[in-house]
Amino acid sequence: MPLQWCLFWYAVSLPVVAYGVYKMNNLIKERPDTFPLLAVSGAFIFVLSSLKMPSVTGSCSHPTGTGMGAILFGPSITSVLSIIVLTFQALFLAHGGITTLGANTFSMGIAGPIVGYLIFKGAMKGGTNMYIAVFLAALLADWGTYIVTSFQLALAFPATSGGILASFEAFLLVFAITQVPLAILEGAVTMLMFKYFVQLRSDALVKLNVASPEVISKLKEASV
Amino acid sequence: MKMELIVLAIIVVFIGAFAYVSSTGQHEWGGADDQPENVINDLTHGSYSPWFNSIWEPPSPEIESLLFALQAAFGAIIIGYFLGYYRAMAKMKAAESTKEQEGKSNAEPSR
Repeated sequence: MPLQWCLFWYAVSLPVVAYGVYKMNNLIKERPDTFPLLAVSGAFIFVLSSLKMPSVTGSCSHPTGTGMGAILFGPSITSVLSIIVLTFQALFLAHGGITTLGANTFSMGIAGPIVGYLIFKGAMKGGTNMYIAVFLAALLADWGTYIVTSFQLALAFPATSGGILASFEAFLLVFAITQVPLAILEGAVTMLMFKYFVQLRSDALVKLNVASPEVISKLKEASV
Repeated sequence: MKMELIVLAIIVVFIGAFAYVSSTGQHEWGGADDQPENVINDLTHGSYSPWFNSIWEPPSPEIESLLFALQAAFGAIIIGYFLGYYRAMAKMKAAESTKEQEGKSNAEPSR
């Protein structure tokens, strides 16, 4: 990635991450009992982003796993979790690299989670079943991440003929097609995790404003 | 149990599609993360070369997959640990509350 874009994405991402660190500190101070959920969300990103899965299209890619953190803790805290995972991968796996860390943090840690968060809140307001809302949020957070990545690459490498838009299409073709089935899988797995959260820590879901007590008790009665 | 079955069904369909696609036609199963490099080459006609190399690269694909496996393993341990912890805690709470109720109903007749 060219130097100016590399710096630009760092400049965009770092304030959000800093805000996330601040919010995370507050959260741990005020609600220390939610710390395990935070650890689980981080671990979930660790696991999912390390799984390079073959997609049905004939290439491999990996899910992002950021939907869960976004739903539980909001996008800014998720950006902190993501930058930890991405730094690990950039340093030890030469995956992504230091120059693209800022851009990756923006697409995976900020843009994707914002999409997921908004979808989840919107769906919940519309009275959608919480599990379906989780599924959609995780799916679209994954997708959003790759659409933004394509856009970032297109900005950095506009095509000589057709400009940014032509590049955007070319990059999107590489990512989006591979990512569609993986995003569905990610949505399904995240949904299953939330079923366990409802069973085991429904009090924390209420405290974190993820769901109202009425929604939780309804879900428990339905016992899917 | 219903949801586990749904998720399992999605995974089975995914594996089925994978088996079908890989048995028909030639695929490399390369990483989509690396494909943009080719697209970049096409778009800029090879004029771009990365200006910064990674500080440290895994010496071999085996070591790289080791590190990925470690990453997944640590994540899985943390998830499993806390879910198990919550499960046990929920059970203890349930056991305690039934005990309390039993204690109350036993105490009532003597009054």
